[in-house]
Amino acid sequence: MQELTGAQALVRSLEQQGVEVVFGLPGGTILPTYDPLLSSSLRHVLVRHEQGAGHAAEGYAWATGRPGVCMATSGPGATNLVTALSDAYMDSVPMVAITGQVGTSLIGSDAFQEADITGITLPITKHSELVTDVARIPAAIAEAFHVATTGRPGPVLIDVPKDVQQATGPWSWPPVMDLPGYQVPGPPSLTAISAAAALLVRARRPVLYVGGGVIKSDAHADLLRLAELCQAPVTTTLMARGAFPDAHPLALGMPGMHGTYPAVAALQEADLVVALGARFDDRVTGRLADFAPRATIVHADIDPAEVGKNRAADVAIIGDLRLTMAALADAVAAALPDGPDGRQPLAGTADWLAVLDSWKRQFPLRYTQDSDGPLKPQYVTERLSALTGGEAIIVAGVGQHQMHAAQHYSFTRPRSWINSGGAGTMGFAVPAAMGAQVGRPGELVVAIDGDGCFQMTAQELATCAIEKIPIKVLIFNNGFLGMVRQWQELFYDERYSSVELGTAIPDYVKLAEAYGCVGLRCERPDEVDTVLDKALARTDVPVVVDFRTHDREGVFPMVPAGRANDEIVLGPEFSADEQRAATRREMEI
Amino acid sequence: MSTHTLAVLAENKPGVLSHIAGLFSRRAFNISSLAVGPTQDERVSRFTIVVDGASTPVDQVCKQLEKLVRVLKVVELSDGAAVERELALIKVRVDPAVRGQLLEVAGVFGASVVDMSPTTLVLEAVSSPAKLDALLAMLDSYGTCELVRTGRIALARGAGVITDDGPALTAVPEPADTAA
Repeated sequence: MQELTGAQALVRSLEQQGVEVVFGLPGGTILPTYDPLLSSSLRHVLVRHEQGAGHAAEGYAWATGRPGVCMATSGPGATNLVTALSDAYMDSVPMVAITGQVGTSLIGSDAFQEADITGITLPITKHSELVTDVARIPAAIAEAFHVATTGRPGPVLIDVPKDVQQATGPWSWPPVMDLPGYQVPGPPSLTAISAAAALLVRARRPVLYVGGGVIKSDAHADLLRLAELCQAPVTTTLMARGAFPDAHPLALGMPGMHGTYPAVAALQEADLVVALGARFDDRVTGRLADFAPRATIVHADIDPAEVGKNRAADVAIIGDLRLTMAALADAVAAALPDGPDGRQPLAGTADWLAVLDSWKRQFPLRYTQDSDGPLKPQYVTERLSALTGGEAIIVAGVGQHQMHAAQHYSFTRPRSWINSGGAGTMGFAVPAAMGAQVGRPGELVVAIDGDGCFQMTAQELATCAIEKIPIKVLIFNNGFLGMVRQWQELFYDERYSSVELGTAIPDYVKLAEAYGCVGLRCERPDEVDTVLDKALARTDVPVVVDFRTHDREGVFPMVPAGRANDEIVLGPEFSADEQRAATRREMEI
Repeated sequence: MSTHTLAVLAENKPGVLSHIAGLFSRRAFNISSLAVGPTQDERVSRFTIVVDGASTPVDQVCKQLEKLVRVLKVVELSDGAAVERELALIKVRVDPAVRGQLLEVAGVFGASVVDMSPTTLVLEAVSSPAKLDALLAMLDSYGTCELVRTGRIALARGAGVITDDGPALTAVPEPADTAA
């Protein structure tokens, strides 16, 4: 049997797993592995901060569906990955992190750059292992990828002490995986499928509540078929933007705290909510007890622990969503009565859809862009959407710009929306866009970022410029931590505490140029198309655009935290009469 | 308090205890007691975890435990269908005048004297949690000066056994199968 060092075995295991790129930054205890990396088939992208490596691995995974890989040294290198691991855990992103660790004889001695990273990341990883035997390396890596990518995906951390990387051990592939306690749910129960189908056929006011699981299981085509078959409206959560085309007549947009009125109200009035790979997150449900009060709940998910966690399910379907939705569509097709032409099934939701259409007309996402006034982030997003035909891969950070992007970009396909949903990690966009661009090199990747977020991870522009990763970064620069400012305006009597960043420092155009990127600035609405055209045309270098946006623009609609979704606030663009009409709905279906 | 007793089989590997304990703290589940030890299979540890059903969603606890990669099986032992035991060592201050009385109390509860000094004695009691609580209440009037108590351990009554594969409870194999 062939003998390899642990480092060689680690690199070769990654090759065997089909890994093409590793985002990382070397240091003392991972040095042995960086040596064979040099002569491997793997592309290593040298980041400027390990957090960037973690988010880049996430962006890569979001964009491609394949696991992202990042690597760091022990101690601070490893702890700098923590935010990205936590982010990946919250958003179920398949990711494998490999960290160096101090030599086994030093573990526990407070050695230089020692940190108990498996302990630190225990609550934010799907699985982790400190590998203490060189012979375990191939199996540990194979298990890491298996666990990260199957069932409900998530991050796995493999910590390898330096002496284990240096030791020599037998190499063979594929290794025998030793995961007796790990089970991936099998196909969904047919009983549950037929129960759900029967509810869907009978429902007068159904809503398909679609979460990120639909994208992760590549079930978007089945979703389209199911929705059209049942003539059921579809709401896509922040994690699921792009799972269903926004231009489709059945699309309601995003639900939740900053969801569209039709999406929020439809869930409140629904008699049947079919949750598909969604988890009844507090940002979607508002006050849980008042969420979808009239609805029977069908909950389909691959993670049994999500079903019944927040809201009890009347029908639970556990298993892969793609299988679930294909089976559900078949069952619905079989159960629906034939339509007038003898073939096309006819669903009884016409009255419901008519109500929803009237809501779409009455209560759209509304903003006002003055022709000479400051830029509105919504306007820039809508122009970007129009100029790219909804075909760009959009990556957002966290805050107002994220919500405006999620609301106003008209998504046409899955894996074209990447953001930090559950964890809400500011600084996510630039490195995640970098990872997405590496995974899909021929495509247009546009980060929409806030000025606060941008400054947290802007150092990865250097990586992008040097590695020729031509992302576009559109900064919505309003000089504030905008979402925090909005909360202080609404809930803290306009007492603005530590939220003003200023628009001028840094000079984002000069900063971009200093990093070897193209820097552009846009301050007037009539310049937006020209500047965007110019930015999108560059495919050789990264581009940063400083959009000077209105500093008091808020995100609406809004359901204040902890309140019921029925208390949705339409915002300053709507009259008191309109707000009253929105809050006092009368349903007769 | 409505307590639920869970039998959890897990791989006998480093870090498993902190994974399980960490899950409880991360999800804000309350543990009333936890006991862990090896099983007849050296690769498998068995945890007995008691949770308070009033403050903690037991169904969620089981599902979240089952998601841990190193956890092999989670079974809730239903009330009355399991033998449940705790062990306590109790040091009681005792006046020679009432020592006889105290020994009588210990005898009633099946506790044995494992150490004695002129002013104290140490009782060892192994019993069901309720009976143990009753003994401790009795001893309080004499003056308990030190108490150490293990977590609960439990085993289902009857012929069913919990193994690390198959359904929750399986029948004990016939002797012939054991030999094979």
